[in-house]
Amino acid sequence: MSFDSILAQTRFGFGPSPLVQGPESAGAMIATLKGADRGAEMFAIPHYHENMAQLAQFAHLTKQSRALRRDGKETVEVDRQMRVLNRTMAARRRKWIRQVLMRATWSEDALRERLGLFWFDHFAARGKRRDYAWMGAPYVETAIRPFISGLFEDLLISAVTHPMMLHFLDQSVSLGPNSRLAKNQRVKGKKRGLNENLAREILELHTLGVNGPYSQQDVRQLAELLTGLVGDNVKGTQFQAGRAEPGAEAILGVTYGGSRRDGLRDIEGALRDLARHPSTAKHLARKLATHFVSDRPSDDLVTEIEWAYRESGGDLSKMYLAILTHPDAWRVDVVNTRRPIEFVGAAFRALAVPPESFISWSAKQTRTIIETPMRLMGQDWLRPPGPQGWPEADDYWLTPQGVAARLQWALAAPMHLVEDLPDPRDLMQTALGGRASERTVQAVNAAQNRQEGVALVLMAPQFQKR
Amino acid sequence: MVRELTRRSFLGQGAMVGCSLAASPLMTSASFAAAPGQNRLIVIILRGGMDGLDILRPWGSAHLTTLRPSLKSAASDAMMLNEYYGLHPRLAALKPMWTSGELAFVQSVSTPYRDKRSHFDGQDILEAGTSGSVAGVQKDGWLNRMLSGLPGADATTAYSVGLGDMLLAQGPAEIRSWSPQVDVVLSQQGYALMQHMYQDDPALAKSLDQAVKLAGSDGDQALFEDASDGMMAAMDIQMGDAVQAGNKAHVKIADFVANQLAGDARIACFSLGGWDTHRNQKNALNRPAQQLADTLTTLMAGLGAAWKTTTVMCMTEFGRTAAENGSKGTDHGTGGMMILAGGAVRGRKIYGQFNGLDEAALYKRRDLMPTDDVRRWAAWVIRSSFGLEASFLERRVFPGLDLGADPGVLL
Repeated sequence: MSFDSILAQTRFGFGPSPLVQGPESAGAMIATLKGADRGAEMFAIPHYHENMAQLAQFAHLTKQSRALRRDGKETVEVDRQMRVLNRTMAARRRKWIRQVLMRATWSEDALRERLGLFWFDHFAARGKRRDYAWMGAPYVETAIRPFISGLFEDLLISAVTHPMMLHFLDQSVSLGPNSRLAKNQRVKGKKRGLNENLAREILELHTLGVNGPYSQQDVRQLAELLTGLVGDNVKGTQFQAGRAEPGAEAILGVTYGGSRRDGLRDIEGALRDLARHPSTAKHLARKLATHFVSDRPSDDLVTEIEWAYRESGGDLSKMYLAILTHPDAWRVDVVNTRRPIEFVGAAFRALAVPPESFISWSAKQTRTIIETPMRLMGQDWLRPPGPQGWPEADDYWLTPQGVAARLQWALAAPMHLVEDLPDPRDLMQTALGGRASERTVQAVNAAQNRQEGVALVLMAPQFQKR
Repeated sequence: MVRELTRRSFLGQGAMVGCSLAASPLMTSASFAAAPGQNRLIVIILRGGMDGLDILRPWGSAHLTTLRPSLKSAASDAMMLNEYYGLHPRLAALKPMWTSGELAFVQSVSTPYRDKRSHFDGQDILEAGTSGSVAGVQKDGWLNRMLSGLPGADATTAYSVGLGDMLLAQGPAEIRSWSPQVDVVLSQQGYALMQHMYQDDPALAKSLDQAVKLAGSDGDQALFEDASDGMMAAMDIQMGDAVQAGNKAHVKIADFVANQLAGDARIACFSLGGWDTHRNQKNALNRPAQQLADTLTTLMAGLGAAWKTTTVMCMTEFGRTAAENGSKGTDHGTGGMMILAGGAVRGRKIYGQFNGLDEAALYKRRDLMPTDDVRRWAAWVIRSSFGLEASFLERRVFPGLDLGADPGVLL
């Protein structure tokens, strides 16, 4: 069992395309991944700060509206401007979803696209306020995507100190109980304090894992160390000493901070140590193996990935190489279920949806043919259900509702995506190579029209898996 | 659906019991099911913060029209429930339900959530059923935990209906989810070919069969004789339907829920949105209020005889400010309202302690004062419907809740 291009595209990409060459070796896949980000060049999504004008306008209008309402004045004009802004950003948000699908369709570096989805899931965040809710795709583009083949600790720091994460996990409202600000507020009779949300998820989800060697005391101490770290869509990430809990904090027995605190550097120090912890290596190794190979990965595969991480000081590309050179990656039985974004992406790729028409789709088309169907399939993409991301378990996705929504989409969407539906037998050959089962071949050959034939290919058990 | 369940239950029960009972015309399919009793519970989460003061208008308070000058419209006699309270005009269809004693309100209730007034946190806490101010830790919902303690509950007992996950239903106990906005439209032949293909994959095969059954039970045809024009039209409409016909989604959901609960299922939950009326509330509240009325009347009609043993419990994350704001709307508040409907409800009553709208009686001189924990009322509805132990409700379903005295909302 060794490298196989069709399997490589299926497990580590969005499946084969009729027009884009598949990779030739594991080494080539890693080399491409470490090279220039061609997907981002071809189908651009602006970085977070490139939307600053709109984010600043949102902040300004919100403030104005509040002041007007406080004074009991009319807000009609402010409301109108807010509606225009909202429409602009909603249209952009949908355009970015289209760009993500185009990258899945046309990338020669599909592993990068899959890793982008994987790490967005690991560092899942969603906007709880409208201005943040717009910004899911730029969050991935800025805080996650540039770091997915380097050191995990850099990715960790980038993601958890990003304003989106600080907003989502309430870090921006956390206040050291003995901080200057807390003391002032107590004088005024206000009671606000520590919020452990981000600290807990860093330990439980982002680094050590739920079975890791940490206690409630470590959560508390990390939360105290994180005080002062705040984010804002306009001002970005900041350290505000007045919010910070004074004194040193001990996390897993190591002391950070102290009398003279160098805010962000202390926090980064703690995050780097957490990233380098053996439990983090184990946690990430199992998660990668589960996602890319099987819900029940072999111990051997997990150990190989774990050691690649430990020996390289947390180099993510070494972990990927460990998977790609392990025999389990080339087993012919493909068992994991494609998530809705992957299923839709794989269909786009197999159908070679042309960018010219798709890029200029209207917001309404995008909503009707992409967003709503994906919600019906169970994945409101860019709006993860919680900090833990979407469930990995295969049976979560293939519920009656999930299967019905996939089927409805497979029947009705393709004719909106391409000018002429392909011959289902050609599509089967493209999308599945030799992987179609005998029954799949029989069913597709017996389809009474192209539309049902195409749907049968997309709904084939072999197409539903990766 | 009914026939199918009878057959399955027959096989499951063994031939001896099956033969003697199945022959009896008095035995309905529900009698065979493992479902716990005849009582039914439907939980509707009203998302966005329903303005209880506008849904159930306390005309008897002299403050109402001064606090809300642009919301006032003359109290119409037809909508008055008693000398103090009148219904929102778009709830006119519910007046007969009130008169027949199948509609009740619980005034001035709220979750323990205070002061930050965020929808996101407020809904999380309402659905998690926790007392803490941070719901982040709790990743399952109270409805799911309740189901885990319900004797005889199985995978067919409870449904979470509509688009999107509901925290309320999440957790280890199996709750089926289905959105009637999904419609399988397939030719008979296409279905046969898929079944053929799925012989390779039993899990997919099972889901497909259930999907076709569920899709066929919500009012639209799921399988067509052949891939005719009618089928193509149905399918293309439905691609747009899920979004475009959003106006009618609540009726489809209510129809589906009524169908399931008239059969084997006993518990369902879903959401109705649109209650966040910051601007021009006089118009903005019409749509959600009308949808609520349509939903309740659809449930009543669809449940038929089963309506007698049904409780519909509508809850919202918080109420709204007592006074209107500068945009003729209301902002996020604290004390809210629960709405109860169904034949099992001791209706034609307004429960709860209402402290009035005098500024000094408001919470933070701003919001309707919450005078009771909404979870206590939910817990008593559950206890009265399914007989669950008080200790289980206080420890597992709503951790840290004090059940207190029975308010007696169910018959």
